[in-house]
Order: sequence, then C-alpha cells, then structure tokens
Amino acid sequence: MNQYPGWKNALIVFFILISSLYALPNIFGSDLAVQVSSAGDNAISQSDLENIEKILDKDSVDYKSASLSNRSILIRFDSNGSQLSGKESLKNDLGRNYVVALNLAPSVPVWLADLGGKAMSLGLDLRGGVHFLLEVDMQSVLYRSIDKYEGELRTLLRADRLYKSIKKDGESIVINFKQSELKEKALKLIKSEVSDLVVVEGIGTDGLSVTLNISNSAQKEVTQGALKQNITTLRNRVNELGVAEPIIQQQGSNRIVVELPGVQDTARAKEILGAVATLEFRLVDEKNDPQTAIQSGKTPLGSKLYYFKDGRPLLLKNRVITTGENITGASSGIDQENNIPMVNITLDSPGGRAMLETTKKYLHHRMAVVFIENKVETVSVDGVKIKKRSTTKDIINAATIQGTFSNRFQITGIDSSREARNLALLLRAGSLSAPIEIIEERTIGPSLGADNIEKGILSVIAGFILVLIFMVVRYRVFGMVANVALTLNLVMIVSVLSIIQATLTLPGIAGIVLTVGMAVDANVLIFERVKEELGLNTNIQKAISAGYDKALLTIADANITTLIASLVLFSFGTGPIKGFAITLSIGIVTSMFTAIVVSRGIINIIYGDRKIKELSI
Amino acid sequence: MKLLNIPEIDFIGKRNYAIIFSLILLFVSIFSLSIQGLKFGIDFTGGTLIEVGYQDSVNLDDVRSRLNKEQFNGANVQYFGSTSEILIRLEPQNASSAKVSSKIIRLLGDDVDVRRVEFVGPKVGEELTNDGGLAMLYALIGILIYVAFRFEYRFALGSISALIHDVLITLGIFSLFQFEFDLTVLAAILAVIGYSLNDTIVVFDRIRENFLATRHTDPNTIINGALNQTLSRTIMTSLTTLLVLLALYFLGGKIINSFALALIVGVLIGTYSSIYVASSMILALGITKEDMIPSEKEKKEIDSRP
Repeated sequence: MNQYPGWKNALIVFFILISSLYALPNIFGSDLAVQVSSAGDNAISQSDLENIEKILDKDSVDYKSASLSNRSILIRFDSNGSQLSGKESLKNDLGRNYVVALNLAPSVPVWLADLGGKAMSLGLDLRGGVHFLLEVDMQSVLYRSIDKYEGELRTLLRADRLYKSIKKDGESIVINFKQSELKEKALKLIKSEVSDLVVVEGIGTDGLSVTLNISNSAQKEVTQGALKQNITTLRNRVNELGVAEPIIQQQGSNRIVVELPGVQDTARAKEILGAVATLEFRLVDEKNDPQTAIQSGKTPLGSKLYYFKDGRPLLLKNRVITTGENITGASSGIDQENNIPMVNITLDSPGGRAMLETTKKYLHHRMAVVFIENKVETVSVDGVKIKKRSTTKDIINAATIQGTFSNRFQITGIDSSREARNLALLLRAGSLSAPIEIIEERTIGPSLGADNIEKGILSVIAGFILVLIFMVVRYRVFGMVANVALTLNLVMIVSVLSIIQATLTLPGIAGIVLTVGMAVDANVLIFERVKEELGLNTNIQKAISAGYDKALLTIADANITTLIASLVLFSFGTGPIKGFAITLSIGIVTSMFTAIVVSRGIINIIYGDRKIKELSI
Repeated sequence: MKLLNIPEIDFIGKRNYAIIFSLILLFVSIFSLSIQGLKFGIDFTGGTLIEVGYQDSVNLDDVRSRLNKEQFNGANVQYFGSTSEILIRLEPQNASSAKVSSKIIRLLGDDVDVRRVEFVGPKVGEELTNDGGLAMLYALIGILIYVAFRFEYRFALGSISALIHDVLITLGIFSLFQFEFDLTVLAAILAVIGYSLNDTIVVFDRIRENFLATRHTDPNTIINGALNQTLSRTIMTSLTTLLVLLALYFLGGKIINSFALALIVGVLIGTYSSIYVASSMILALGITKEDMIPSEKEKKEIDSRP
C-alpha cells in the first residue's frame, strides 16, 4: 500500500514544473529603463520605436535594447548615466504628446516572457513612491450646479414674467409667485423643461412659494461627472510629471487614488495634483483709484478690488476677457530682455478673438492676469471636523498692452522659474472641475524602499532556514520531506503572486514569513499522528496511511478558519493590509497542497509498497 | 483500539490556577485599556509622520528649534534607530493638511534624505478606526458561524471566548507598555485570531474524535487526553511560528517591528489559551458524549462533573 496512482504523481510533477516556471522570472533582477508612452489616446506604434532609436543614435546615447509592448516602448540601459541622458534627449525631441519616464524593467528572458512569465510587481513601500488619496468636494460641485439651474430657471420663467423672486438656499432654490395660477403654470413648465429639479413637498407650500431640489439621479450624474472630469485632469497632470505606471482610479463615490511609483520630488507632485488653479484676464480700471475704494469701502460700479501677491491693491473691470479654459498651450521660459521667468500662452480661437478685440480697442491700456486658486481643507475645531473652503485671487501681472495680439502672448510677474513651470503645467493639463483635498498621503523614499526589500528578503530566508533545521532535527527523514514541501510552497506562493500580478508589499512579505512558520503545521499534525499510530499499530504502512487520513480533516478545519480571518482582512484592508491578506490566503491554500499531497507523494516514493522495519520520524 | 492514553499532564486538574492566571491578565488588560487606552498611530488618529535620514548624527534640539520657527511647536521629534535618523510626528490639529509635510521638509534643509512621509486626514483616521473594529467583529462572527456549523455551539462559544481572551490580552499588553498601535498591528491581531483558532480547532477536533471513539464518557478524562495527544503538535507549531516571527522582529526592519511583536505576543497567548481557556470553557458549558452524536436527539443532561 501507500502508492499514488501514476496520474497523481504526474499531476504533482506537472504542478511543480508549472509553478517553478512562473516563479522563475523573479530571479533575473531588473534593468534600468526609460518608458515612453502616449500622453493622449493614440497608441504607440512601430514608427515611434524607429523614431526613438533614431533620436538615441543621433544623440549617441548607449542603450541595450528598445522594445515595443502593447502600450509603451521600453528602452533598456546599462548605466544610470546613459539612462538619464537617454531620458533627457527623448523628452526634448519627442515633444509633449509622449510621456517619458524613468522605470525599472524586469529582465526576463524572451522565451520566458513569451510563455507569459512576469516578475511580481512590487508595492510602493518596496520600490519607493507616493500614494495619495484625494477627496473631491462634492458640496461645491452641487452648489455650482444649483447656480446653473438658477440661471436656467430665470431664463425659462422670465419670458412670461411668471415669478416674483428666485433665490438660492443652500442646495435648493426657492421661487416665490404672485398668484397661484402663475405658480401652476411655472411648475408645469419646469417639469417639462428642467426635469432635473424636483419639488420638495411640505416645505414652503403656503400657496405662493415652492422649493426645488436637484433630483437624486441628477445629483448622481453631476457628482459622477465631476469625479470623472477630475480623474481625466489628474491623469493629464500625472502625464506631464512623467511617471511610469501611475495608477489613478476612483474609490468610492467621491475619492480618487493616485499612486506614483518612483516619484522623488513629492512636494512638487503634491502641488501639481492638489492645485485647482486657473487664470483670468481682465482690464485694469484706470479711472478710479484703488486707495479711495479701500478707504470708502465701496468699489466703483463695474469694478472690483484685487491684490497683488505682495499686497498692492488694484481695481479691475468685472468683465473677463478670457479665462484659463480657453488656453490650449502653455510653456515656461525666461524672458530674454529682462531675464525673468515667463509663461508663453496659446489660446483657442474664441479666446484669441476676444483677446484681439480687446487689445485693439484698449491699446495702451493695462491688462491684468489674475491667478485663481480654490482650496478645500478639513480642519478639526474642538473635535468637530469641518471643511474649510477658500478661494484666493492674486494678480500676478498687470502690464500695458503694447500692441494688438490674439492667440499667442507671454505673461510675466511670476516669482520663480519653478513657479513658471508649475503654472505652465497646470494650464496645459487643465483645471479641476471641483476642488480636491489630499486626505491621505504615504510616501516611501527610494532608499527606504530598497532597505525594506533587503530586510524583508533577509527575514524570509532566516525564518525559512530556522524552520528547515528545526524540522530535520525533530522528524529526520520525514522532516526533510516536510522541508521539500515547504520549499515548494514558497515557490508556489511566488509563482501565484507572479501569475495574478498581485502587488508584493512589505506586509505581504510578512505574510509569507508567517506562512512559512504556519505551513509546517499540517506536516507536524500528520507526523505526530503517524507517531501516535506507530505506538498503537505494528504495521508501519498502516500507520503512515492512518496518520495522513486522520489528520486531514483537522488540517482542513484549522486552515479554513484561518482563511476566513484572512479573507475578512482582505475585504476590509487598504493597500498594505491587503498585501498581507493576499499572501497569507495564497500561502494557506498552497500549503495545504504541498504539505498534504506533495509530502505524501514523496513519502510514498520513499516508503511505499515495501517492507520497512523502522520509520525515520 | 486502546482506550485513552494515560494523561501525562493533568491540565484539566490544574485549570483553576489557569483560570486565576487568565483572570488576572484580563483584569490588568481591561484596566490598562480603560485607563490609558492604546497608543494609536497616525493611521487612526490622523496627523503627519516624517522619517528623515541625515549624513551624520544630528542634534534633536537643533531640529526642534528649526521647526519652532514656523510654529510647529507641537511636533514630537525623536531618534529612529540611530542618531542620524529622526522621526517627526505631528498631531492632527496642527497637521490637517497634506502641505504640512512639504513645509517641514523645506525647514529641515536640502541635505536630508526623506525616507517616509505619512499624512492621514482626520476623517480617514476615523474611518480606519471604525472599519478596523468592524473587521474584527466580522472575523469573529464568520468564525463563530463556521465552528458552530462544523462542531457544536459549545465549541463555538469555547473558541470565541478563547479568541476574545487572546485579543484582549494582546491589546492589553500593547496598552500596558504603550507600544504603538497602527494598521499593521491591527492586521497582526486579525492574524492572531486566525492562528489562535487554528490551535483551538486542532484540540477540539481531537476532543470530538475521542468522545466518539471510546466508551469513556467522563469529559474531564477525554479532554485531558486530547490535550496531551495534541501537546507535542501544539508546541512544535508554536515554536516554528515563533522562530519565523523572531526572525521578522529582529531582521525585518523598524516598520514591521510592532507587527511582529503583536504576533509574537498573540501566538504565545494563543497557544496557552487553546490548552486552558477553550477546553475549560466547553467543560464549563457541560459538553457530553451525547452532544457529539449528531443522529441522537440532544437530551437535556445535567453537568456530569465528578
């Protein structure tokens, strides 16, 4: 007895081979690389690859290889120096339709990659990078859409003079009427024309007034739209930053996760992601003095008081010539004449037309550029959390219009080149449709990431060797069999992680370490049971088989309960915790296979079907 | 088949000592938890944490005075591992915005290596606390259902009381020594739940098997026999697990330290509780041989303690 049928042995060998094959990509390390992908929707093609090779040859940059995958081109380098110079020359020559980013590329041999072999992907805590959780301020999105509906209602009801007054009240609109007939007529009109608004029953239904709210479905549409638009804008901004393999995705109804592996300058990333900035171009009110406006507290009709960043006041006309929405291009540079930072702006055709008209009509007048930033911040006041919204409007530049111009011009008055770069980037990437707030940040510097990998691997190896020694000392030949099973278990965990491309994190490594310790439990249970059976039974073969059979149910029960705990962990967990839960769950499943099926297979080969006097256990 | 092995160690006979021991531990834990509570990390409280490395060792007072310039007086500055690495912590009230960390890094100067920045907004911290509590509750309920389904409700209650015992004491030790309690520790506690149960289930399985395999009906003898039979397995598995955890504790780096510590404490307590707490509990609940036979209708029987 104690023989597996041939197919079962073959199946075990098959599993061992497959998992070794897919664990293999992880031992090859990685190459320094530059990744080029498309900034827009255009796919990367063979011609881009040829173009890139030409550019690198032209600038005589040494590179190892350049290859096209489905979404990007990877150029591998031998040294850090050539990687950096390669990135620079590609960035300069390819232009803004491409994202050029430093990356690490696993150097998996071609034949293995063709079989679908991939290395595990490493989490931010192992490779360094930034994780942001952003929250979109949906309240201001709703306020803004109430504004829009208010305008629509006025136009709709004005024609027949149906209303007495329309006013906003938080997220509702209240309309007062003179007669109930007019009210009925208006409501009918609203129902057919502005179906997104619903009448709030019971409030202000004293006959002549009505309260309207945005319907649930319209609210959902508006907030989802704002979220989608913000995601698009964030994606544009991240593309501008040049990050390989960024993750930008929705989480819940009003949050966005942004993960930027390998980003070093996190302060800049934060500024760029969180900024809700746009520009307005306005004419300066030259007829009135800002000082008198400040003293009297009254601004002249048609003008409003603005301030420069250094506090100087200026009166600007209310009419906006054009805004950041009309900007199609922006780049930073240095004004050669005065040696100060500047931003070159390109407008779309409506913007250009408005600018041309204004500059013609108001030649030698002054025009101001106003920088507008919307911010939202959660602060805790006496334990109560409140959202603080603020809008800052600063004049960054006011200059005399020296000649007529339309869609191309420069603005100056920016503090530093760095700010000019950021402003240009923000104007290019578009403004966010709603203010966002960074509500969580986790940054791991590259040095700590490398440290974490090293320490993680060290502790896996140390724990593993300790267990191996322990098992051999206690169970001798059986211990060695358990050790083979344990080694195979490690290989299987790595291969499953590689196949499903789960992200390996530091807690994930901790999960593997813990699995190593707990995986031998099944073998311990079996071996102790075999020992016990040996004490009761004289037949050694029967003892082996009884030991395995009797321990089986116990092992299953014990593992399923642990699996329940780790599944709960998985469904609740955020990033790092999930990593732990994934490796623990995978480890539990693979350890059942290796400790029960594989170890039995080996024991069968060693002891099965023959007369044995004594077991080495 | 033989009857039961003659018990080598009279666990059940000594269970009153164990009960007293457990009660003392539980009392101290609950006392400490209610008086000084847990030292929650910023994952739960919200706030900002910055870890930076310098080329050479650095004077903490210099760092503090730099920070005080911009009114970061509330910052907690301490060495982290060596004198060239520091950890700066800010409470949520002075650190409700992600910009705080950028400001601080600017204040520290250009020659620092920013190793880690964590900012958790007050709302996120609150959510994580709630979710964490819920996760623990769900794990307990899921396990309760599984054990009740596979065994019998007394076993389920026995294993759950062992779990609560383990979790409370592990939390108690974290509270007593004011070890930092962060997200990874929460994950460790959930893993302890899984582990401790693993141990308990193995013992219960054996108790059930022994009840069914023998004519012997005295629960004390049967439970004691099961405990002795599984003893070497319990010790072996705990030892291998502790070995890897010690490797993780000493070699895995500072970030994973409290995680490993929570597991070490949990595994020790869990091993003890599966021997004493869980089996004492089912004994106290009055488990009998009849309860093990599913086909027979349960008869109301009086506790058959000798």
